Amino acid sequence: MTSLTLSRAPSRWRSGLRGLLLQRLFQAGLVAWMVGTLTFVLTRTLPGDMAYRIAAGRYGHDMVDSAAAEAVRAELALDQPALGAYLGWLWDLLQLDLGRSLVSGEPVIHELWHQLGHSLGLAVMAVLLSLLIGPPLGLLAGRKPAGLLDRGSELAASVLRALPPFAVGLLLIMLFSVALGWLPAAGHGRFAHSVLPALTLALALAAVSSRVARNAMAEVSQSAYYAFSHTKGLGARLSFLRHGLRNAALPVVAYLGVQFVYLIEGVVVVETLFAWPGIGHALVHAIVARDVPMIQGTALVMGLMFVALNTVVDLICHWLDPRRREA
Amino acid sequence: MKQVTLSAPRRQLSLPALSQRQWVGALLLALLLAFAWLVPLWHSADPARQQLVRILELPSLATPLGTDHLGRDLLARTAAAIRLSLGMALLSVVTAAVPGLLFGVIAGWRGGWLDRILGSVADACLALPGLLLVLLLVAIAPGNFWALYVGISLVLWIEYFRVVRARTRVLVTSPQLEASRLLGFGPLYLFRRHLWPELAPQVLTLAAFGAASAILAMAALGFVSVGLRPPTAELGLMMIELLPYYHEAPWAMAQPILALFILVFSLNLLAGKDPR
Repeated sequence: MTSLTLSRAPSRWRSGLRGLLLQRLFQAGLVAWMVGTLTFVLTRTLPGDMAYRIAAGRYGHDMVDSAAAEAVRAELALDQPALGAYLGWLWDLLQLDLGRSLVSGEPVIHELWHQLGHSLGLAVMAVLLSLLIGPPLGLLAGRKPAGLLDRGSELAASVLRALPPFAVGLLLIMLFSVALGWLPAAGHGRFAHSVLPALTLALALAAVSSRVARNAMAEVSQSAYYAFSHTKGLGARLSFLRHGLRNAALPVVAYLGVQFVYLIEGVVVVETLFAWPGIGHALVHAIVARDVPMIQGTALVMGLMFVALNTVVDLICHWLDPRRREA
Repeated sequence: MKQVTLSAPRRQLSLPALSQRQWVGALLLALLLAFAWLVPLWHSADPARQQLVRILELPSLATPLGTDHLGRDLLARTAAAIRLSLGMALLSVVTAAVPGLLFGVIAGWRGGWLDRILGSVADACLALPGLLLVLLLVAIAPGNFWALYVGISLVLWIEYFRVVRARTRVLVTSPQLEASRLLGFGPLYLFRRHLWPELAPQVLTLAAFGAASAILAMAALGFVSVGLRPPTAELGLMMIELLPYYHEAPWAMAQPILALFILVFSLNLLAGKDPR
């Protein structure tokens, strides 16, 4: 009997997975199309002659003449009617041809590859840190609703939720860099540089996830099956491990998906504040410099990162909750 | 909403009953509103007027909250920034709530292909993280208030749509609505009598959360200097402008942060519930 269930386990875990992945794949396509379309609109609404502008960006303002501008015009199909140019633009995007940055002249893909590593490092660190702070606190608070810890963490969470990430970052800089002098305020290179940006993001994420974990735990600890686990003789520790943890984990993990919106948004602001050489920083710079290929590339990568992270959350939920697999 | 003022005796239609926590939020928000709109009445300083001989002054009688690095009056600037933030929040919440509610009711009620089309439009708007969509729109028209407004509203309406649609689906099949329909009442009456009272508290919660996120989004864009342009008095912009002077003038730097904090805090309290 056991061997039978064991051999059937993988196929059951895989059921329903296909639809889930297809949905996310569709979302990724949608992201690419939206980013492509919006940046295309952006090129068409830039003031002045786009060809001259790009040529000036590439070759320097002194080297621009009409020949250079014409070359750019032909290369980027700026002289064609909008519809054809639009389709060409999307076709390039489909082939992952993101062009060159108008500021540095490097291929966008190169720069993105470089920045993505930094951003991912920061994001992973922030998520791990938030998971270390938030859910354990929430689980502890949820075991004694309306206790001291519950009230205290609720207050801290509401204060943190009302502060935008850049304000939290500023306060952390004031405290740890200026007043105490323990950590560097900005920069990149050593591990110490990544502590404050990661902590800034993590605190905001933990503020929400601790409350989600607390509510989930409070619900679980009042449920009939949890009471029964006590009745049948399991101690507090065992009934928590066997019956509490997995049930309470599900909303926390599911909510992570919602939090990734916050993470991506936070990355833009926090990287700018801490001068962290990641995607968000690059996006803001590209917008200020009106570097269209870079805007497209960075927005695309951030959108796709969002979809990828959500896919991971879907997969974990799928694994945690057998009830979903049948559907 | 127009429906609210109709004559039938329905107590829920005016405002859903508020909890104690929500009252505190409403009170804080009212105080902030009063501050923002009353200040110009008795303190007639121009928020953009520079006085370079009076930079970073401590609070005094002439300038009750001190001056910034260009000698501009901080009381006038903070009040103007709060007015701008609240105005933008109100505008985008209303713009988002009306179509969100309308499409949500239509999709939930009618179902079928209309539901599927509206649902996929909402999913498309949700594919990108909100701030990213706003950033791209702002890149098209930099420094433009309306680009910011369109972007934020485009992100906000989805939440109303989804909640209202899910709730309407359940309500439409309820026996009391069925009974009213069999008595021959029109869809408008059914909406007023059966749907709106149930939807109103949720719409209020969403509106408060939506206003908070609109304010945060605008401040975030101002802070990374891709939002509104100086010399506009805007909370995020004020923070980034005053950041280099935090050592000489910590009180100046604290003002926009505090104002933003109280704004968002009061709106979160007003929204009531914990995040799901």
